[in-house]
Amino acid sequence: MTVLLIAEHDNESLKEATHKALSAAAKLGGDIHVLVAGYRATAAAGHAAKLTGVTRVLHIDVAELERPLAEPMAANIVALAADYDHIVAPATNNGKNYMPRVAAMLDVMQVSEVSDVKAADTFVRLIYAGYAVQTVQATDAKKVITVGIASFPPARETGNAVVERKEAVADPGLSSYVGETISRSDLPELTSAKVVISGGRGMQSGDNFKMLEAVARKLNAAVGASRAAVDAGFVPNDYQVGQTGKVVAPDLYIAVGISGAIQHLAGMKDSKIIAAINNDQDAPIFQVADFGLVADLFEALPELEKAL
Amino acid sequence: MKILVAVKRVVDFNVAIRVKPDGSGVDIGNAKMSLNPFDEIGVEEAVRLKEAGKATEVVVVSVGPAQVQETLRTALAMGADRAILVKHEDYVEPLGVAKVLKEVVTAEKPDIVILGKQAIDDDCNQTGQMLAALLGWPQGTFASKIDLEDSSLTVVREADGGLQTVRLSMPTIVTTDLRLNEPRYASLPNIMKAKKKPCAEMTPADYGVDVKPRLNLIKTEEPLRRQAGVKVSSVSELVVKLKETGAIR
Repeated sequence: MTVLLIAEHDNESLKEATHKALSAAAKLGGDIHVLVAGYRATAAAGHAAKLTGVTRVLHIDVAELERPLAEPMAANIVALAADYDHIVAPATNNGKNYMPRVAAMLDVMQVSEVSDVKAADTFVRLIYAGYAVQTVQATDAKKVITVGIASFPPARETGNAVVERKEAVADPGLSSYVGETISRSDLPELTSAKVVISGGRGMQSGDNFKMLEAVARKLNAAVGASRAAVDAGFVPNDYQVGQTGKVVAPDLYIAVGISGAIQHLAGMKDSKIIAAINNDQDAPIFQVADFGLVADLFEALPELEKAL
Repeated sequence: MKILVAVKRVVDFNVAIRVKPDGSGVDIGNAKMSLNPFDEIGVEEAVRLKEAGKATEVVVVSVGPAQVQETLRTALAMGADRAILVKHEDYVEPLGVAKVLKEVVTAEKPDIVILGKQAIDDDCNQTGQMLAALLGWPQGTFASKIDLEDSSLTVVREADGGLQTVRLSMPTIVTTDLRLNEPRYASLPNIMKAKKKPCAEMTPADYGVDVKPRLNLIKTEEPLRRQAGVKVSSVSELVVKLKETGAIR
């Protein structure tokens, strides 16, 4: 039995999401090969070779794959699929984009965002924003799986796998990259940060998020937000923690001015420690917080920044 | 220019569902049902394209039990022109839905198919991408802005860490993210008008599609609940407590 793990990378190095998805892949049993599909991605392929438990790295290098657009990514993965029983990718934005395309091309029902692996064909996943936990058995001969990266620890780097070059298949020519606006920040990335501080509707404006950033800088934390704060236009969508945004599980999660709707809890309830600051003592967030402070956030935040 | 919008009837996002004690699934009882929020955004976007004179017809389609007709009426009240209900009593997985939609697309020949990025019940986030794969079309997933030109569609996508812009050939699939638009409320006259709009009824068998599930449901459980911790009285006490746990230094 062999597993193909699709690496998330920026052509230079792997993203930690890959290490976490590898931990899930390791629970399937069998050999693990990693696909690094990119452009000028020799360094990323070399990085993948170090992953603990990986026996082979497949490296596809072609200009069309500089960014992982779904159409060429899926075509390349499907071209390799015959040799594999499982195809696994982290449930990052990219993985969520190309993996269902891969699954349908292979006539396979994908199992999305698994939170645990019970057996090579049996997986656990959350439904209804985490209100229910399902265990499902995949009956397709091939399994196509995306991994909820908040549920698995990162694999280590003690390996020395062979890197094998593979030819790219022709780009289907359906899509082209135009550009991107990356929210540049000196703060850590949301899904890999050890500490996350998030703001909700209680922040009242996008400008007030600067108060969160000041605290975040002291803690080397990432800044997140509830859907309410995103909907209100305070911050961009990629800040959103929750059912339909990002799922995070940092060592410490600080929720500020967030009431704690189930859709938000779905994105952060696996954090090791949760602290909440809210002026409503009945806010549901306090039912999941290890430490709750009933206070006006506009007074508490500057105080917190000073105290750190 | 014809637009097809696929929609799903789901338990309203405000409803707290219960897991059945025997582990066989989720008890939705008489819970309030709604148009899946991301699909509502899809309907809105299609209707706006029609209002802007860029689209000539908006067709909505859904796969599900007879009650789905109410959901389709909601979409018609928002401004869609006609509906197709593909009736099936049991749960249909995203792959099955995508196969049905492929046949609907073959019959209807839309230029754009819009779907929500994710249904808030099974949280799969698959159907749009799967439909694109089955049709061999491009996919603009998690769209926060779309721009229609003569022979292509430019899509601004919500990506990890920012926004990505892609250009797609036509025909194409779009899946919606939150910021694409703010859906309208249907007015009473439009709700009345929607009752007279045509709604065709089909079945998966009419399209020759097998929608038998590929995943066996072993069990459904309650999630582990976190216990509430302690309330602290001040910021300084909070900092002390956090230091005690080692969460901050």
